[in-house]
Amino acid sequence: MTHEVHAELDCRGMVCPRPIIELARHVEDVSIGELLAVVAEDPAARYDVPAWCRMREQEYVGADTAADGVTRYVVRRLR
Amino acid sequence: MTHPGGYLDSASSEPLHPAARESLLAALDRGYADPRRLHKAARDARLLLDNARAVVAECLEVRADEVTFTSSGTDAVHRGLLGLVRARRSRGDVILHSEVEHSAVRHAAAWGGRPRLVGAMGDGRVYDGDLVENATADVAVCALQSANHEVGTVQPVGEFRLPNDVPLFVDACASMGRLPLPRGWDALAGSAHKWGGPAGVGVLVVRRGARWESPFPEDDRVDHRGSGFENVPAALAAAAALRAVVSERAGTTARHHAMIDQVRAAATALPDTEVVGDPVDRLPHLVTFSCLYVNGEALVTELDRRGFGVASGSACTASSLEPSHVLAAMGALTHGNVRVSLTRETTPEQVDAFCAVLPEVVAGLRS
Repeated sequence: MTHEVHAELDCRGMVCPRPIIELARHVEDVSIGELLAVVAEDPAARYDVPAWCRMREQEYVGADTAADGVTRYVVRRLR
Repeated sequence: MTHPGGYLDSASSEPLHPAARESLLAALDRGYADPRRLHKAARDARLLLDNARAVVAECLEVRADEVTFTSSGTDAVHRGLLGLVRARRSRGDVILHSEVEHSAVRHAAAWGGRPRLVGAMGDGRVYDGDLVENATADVAVCALQSANHEVGTVQPVGEFRLPNDVPLFVDACASMGRLPLPRGWDALAGSAHKWGGPAGVGVLVVRRGARWESPFPEDDRVDHRGSGFENVPAALAAAAALRAVVSERAGTTARHHAMIDQVRAAATALPDTEVVGDPVDRLPHLVTFSCLYVNGEALVTELDRRGFGVASGSACTASSLEPSHVLAAMGALTHGNVRVSLTRETTPEQVDAFCAVLPEVVAGLRS
């Protein structure tokens, strides 16, 4: 299933830790309670988006797939 | 000075112990002959090999006839694990192991059987219930590490409630010499260059009474569990180093614990940084931490520029495209990762210096 997100960060082609830096930079682009997706091919993102959420007290919602097949990691802003 | 004080990567390889150097040099001239022949030079080589085996057995508190020298720690892992599998092939070929095992175990399991993986908890430990639930009738062997090579967490291998008929292989490469061996295993492997012996020497221990069959072609050497011409001088040097580190262990362990506690505290004080692995029940000489928003390769390079040699499990380090499977399995942050591991010669002053530069290095890379 595809999550209804309020914003999407295009991190295609970026290598670690760039997608996580983008996530931290843009998490406040959405309101508290809203969803933000990171679209990334970087294999580390699969582990580091959930780890970032745990460390920064945000919620990792799960992963789905963008239209072009690239993985989207979905985060809910909690604070 | 062979090593600048900043070499903090003993978990990759410990510098050669002086006791090993001395034995190696002496044995190079004496241990060249084929230990299976009957002439004097051969008897001499055989004596040195048997002596090395006896010393290792005594240090590990096992029987001498349970010890085989192999050509590396990886070779000892392959032979130990796959030899147990081969002896039980009529039962099944599932190799039960944790997600945090060393790649030597993972590759051997994939090559020689059907791997079945159990996860690890946040501290790197396997949950007993997972192991028991997966130890079904088709499991040939369970393979677990004595302690994790990346995060240091000690795995309580002898305490898991495995069924009695499932043999246990223990990868003790990260802990041999540094911690006493655990109990309850059938075969076990170690690696000499991780305790200060020379590279190219592994130790395979197969319990008397354990069902083990060589997984590779036989070679009619002194010891039927190994193959290839014995490297007698290196085996003797490995044994000498092991004897030295075991006799020095109480002091080394206490020093290392205190210094690693200091590095842990320094890393914990960094913003957005998490220290990974059990804080107490761990290898004495090693700590791993990950810094948010920092490139692991840049961190290793900058620390190296300042004289500190450390390892990293981050994918952004040049050696791999995938991040460390250990960190991933533990749910830890995989980027900005650094593993610090002390040698027996690391001093408190060197650790002070490392802890002093760490905040500015991390802050510099984040800015």
